[in-house]
Amino acid sequence: MPYGNAGAFHYKRVPVSPNVLSERLKYRLRESRAWELSTQVPSPVASGSATQPLISPLPETPPMASASITPALAASRLLLSGNEAVARAVWESGVRVAAAYPGTPSTEMLEEIATYPDLYAEWSVNEKVSLEVAIGASMAGSRSFCAMKHVGLNVASDALMTLTLTGTNGGLVIAVADDVGLSSSQNEQDSRYWGRFAHLPIMEPADSQEAYAMTKAAFAFSEEFQCPVILRLTTRICHVKALVTVGEREVHEAKGFEKNPRRWVMVPGNAKGRIPLMFEREKALRIAAENSPLNIVEDGKDKRIGFVSSGPAAMHVRETFPDAPLFKLGLSCPVPVEKIRAFAAGVDMLVVVEEVEPLVEMELKAAGIACHGKDVLPTIGELAPDVLRPGIAKLLGVPVESLPQTPANVFPRPPTMCVACPHLGVYYTLSQLKNVTISGDIGCYTLGAGHPWNALDSCISMGASLPMALGMDKGRGETDKDKKIVAVIGDSTFLHMGMQGMVDITWNRGNVTVLLLDNRAVGMTGGQDNPANGRNIHGDPAPRVDFVKLVEALGVKPERIRQVDPYQLPVLFKTLREETKIDEPSVIITDRPCVLVDDYKRQPSYQVEDSKCTGCGNCVDIGCPAIHVNRREKVIKPSGKEVELQFVNIETAACTGCGLCLQPCAPNAIVAAVPVQTVSFVRK
Amino acid sequence: MNNVTNILVVGIGGQGVMTATEILAETAISLGHDAKKTEVAGMAQRGGVVSSHLRFGDKVLSPQITAGEADLIVGFEAAESLRWSHFLKPGGMILMNTARLVPPVVDGGLYDYPADPVAEIRAKGIEVHAFDAMSIALDLGDMRLGNTVMLGAIADHLPFSAEVLLESILKRFSSRKPHMVELNRKAFEAGRRAVSADFQTAEAA
Repeated sequence: MPYGNAGAFHYKRVPVSPNVLSERLKYRLRESRAWELSTQVPSPVASGSATQPLISPLPETPPMASASITPALAASRLLLSGNEAVARAVWESGVRVAAAYPGTPSTEMLEEIATYPDLYAEWSVNEKVSLEVAIGASMAGSRSFCAMKHVGLNVASDALMTLTLTGTNGGLVIAVADDVGLSSSQNEQDSRYWGRFAHLPIMEPADSQEAYAMTKAAFAFSEEFQCPVILRLTTRICHVKALVTVGEREVHEAKGFEKNPRRWVMVPGNAKGRIPLMFEREKALRIAAENSPLNIVEDGKDKRIGFVSSGPAAMHVRETFPDAPLFKLGLSCPVPVEKIRAFAAGVDMLVVVEEVEPLVEMELKAAGIACHGKDVLPTIGELAPDVLRPGIAKLLGVPVESLPQTPANVFPRPPTMCVACPHLGVYYTLSQLKNVTISGDIGCYTLGAGHPWNALDSCISMGASLPMALGMDKGRGETDKDKKIVAVIGDSTFLHMGMQGMVDITWNRGNVTVLLLDNRAVGMTGGQDNPANGRNIHGDPAPRVDFVKLVEALGVKPERIRQVDPYQLPVLFKTLREETKIDEPSVIITDRPCVLVDDYKRQPSYQVEDSKCTGCGNCVDIGCPAIHVNRREKVIKPSGKEVELQFVNIETAACTGCGLCLQPCAPNAIVAAVPVQTVSFVRK
Repeated sequence: MNNVTNILVVGIGGQGVMTATEILAETAISLGHDAKKTEVAGMAQRGGVVSSHLRFGDKVLSPQITAGEADLIVGFEAAESLRWSHFLKPGGMILMNTARLVPPVVDGGLYDYPADPVAEIRAKGIEVHAFDAMSIALDLGDMRLGNTVMLGAIADHLPFSAEVLLESILKRFSSRKPHMVELNRKAFEAGRRAVSADFQTAEAA
């Protein structure tokens, strides 16, 4: 267990091609679930017959109503994350096309789907593209699916807002994963707004089993109402593993595309005709929501408060207030207002517990139903039991129980770049540059804003680094007139939304130096394949984008396109200085692979020769997690200035020999490690 | 839901915290329990804090363990064990590895690593048993056995028998890395012995 995580989180590629898929599935079912109670493949009995009801009901005993273990066929009971459960249900629902762009916490859905047979799966270049691929497949009459994180739906929303007018042919489900609690995103937003904005139904599962069941229900629902269904997940669904009873795949052949311009060609004349139909559909959806088996009333004997909740928050409510009546929303948009009005009549007070915005609360209040919600609960983060307890205690006027222990004061442990990460050299170099503003983007390289580099000045949205750099250039005032402006963007982000900004810079003659960090992977989400590494979602060979030709085609002069090895610090420094001095657009491309992907080749590791280390601390500034300070010493220099020396050692087991730290080491104290030295941790 | 057991496994990204919790979850399920396992992934993978929650029993609702509710905390790293110690319920127990994994912010001099995390936990009146899982794994010849050493260490403090846990660990290896089965058995037993030795020392004192 080295400190660095390069080895432990090595991306497991799934090299499958269509002809071996079914073998792979058998392997998945028989071998990889070694812990299953039985090693047989799931019995078809578990899923019912081919004639499914229009909306598949949830398991007979709703997960929350039962206090005993639901008996299930051993072989069909799997421990699945919400993402894995959705993937399984997508496959079982007969989906023929599935697309996504990776994004935490949604990534594993498509990763899983790609391992199933008999469907087409792809990583798309961005979320809008993935939705459009799914729309096309739906037009052709196939069941289709796309998945994205919350901010991804912002990107895809242009398509979504017109898709709601055309509607769908084959069932289409859009899974959107909200990062409630902000574990790995630039903002926290509530995707349930899209249901209101686009007049579309939203389903909200509360655990893996419901994620599975609602995904299946969503496809049937989509075909019944001929519109896409939004499956709203949160991190506590996507990444929680729980038991799921699974079934078998149904076959849904493509219905075929029927030419119909009035439906599919949304020019004003045709779109005008579709808008009333959208509102008709919304009325029908409202009636369906009032009667949906996905909206469950669970009675309770403590009538002081009745809760209305959905998603993981509903589980937290049930856990925290086991005796309270609960209205659990599954089909949460449109809100089943009348059903909730009836529920409210049976309790003293109604409290809406929703993550994160007061959407249901506002609609209930607008309908004249008195309720509490965000007056006592936060509009940020997860509504876990420890958040619910004080809020509700306040409402009931009872004292809040204090915790048995207070948290200890321990240093923070922010995420770091990996040992030998190719970005380390780039940020070390950027941190040495003077008078530079660095417009950042979204990916592992956003970590360059942190310690010890402090070499990233902005991060807004995918691809924003380039246009924002252009704006900084055009909008600069007298105080910034000598500032060099650098935009830093990764390969996948450049292809996602960076190219347009590049054209804008060249077309409008912006003075921006673009650092295109091509590490041939979507690093932050686990090293997924992308068009820059020449592999598709299965790891099979695919055409590879040539960035030099691409940026040249986008208008960058050939002599302003530089390719640099990010492990060669002097060259990197010289190139950056040259290009930032020149008053025209330039692109510096670094092309060394992410240490988490197969392309990365580990080299023999290094160690520090104690007798030679002078404690200058230059290597510490690289920011490699394998370099540790084992001794500090304060000395007074001849000039009278006090400096702190940092004597270091290298965690040899974690070091992969990139050689970055050798370059700023003046006394040459870093040397090849004695082979097979298994030093694991620093013990201070 | 009184019969739900709450186990909090803590450490840092890359240590195998999530895998260990998954093995515990699988074992609980094989015995017929309902189980939920959750953690914050994403950026935690980049050497950040990882806390993996496992809840199992007749029926599990919320997947999260909240402060003051864990029956057992399994610490893969010294400072992390201290960081999460307030999650323990009164009368609970912490079993922890003494390994100290120093992050760049500490190396860079921005923060200090606690001088003696075990003593700090003990000073809170918490029952804690510490052992050096890394040295045990290295003595057996492979650092990667640390994970199994940790599982062995907690094996006698779970609501199911150590043998069942060992069986599910070995089952995992028998299909993927058969040559590792025997070493893992040894690592498991070594972890068990390390903790029981610590218990005897505590009793003698």
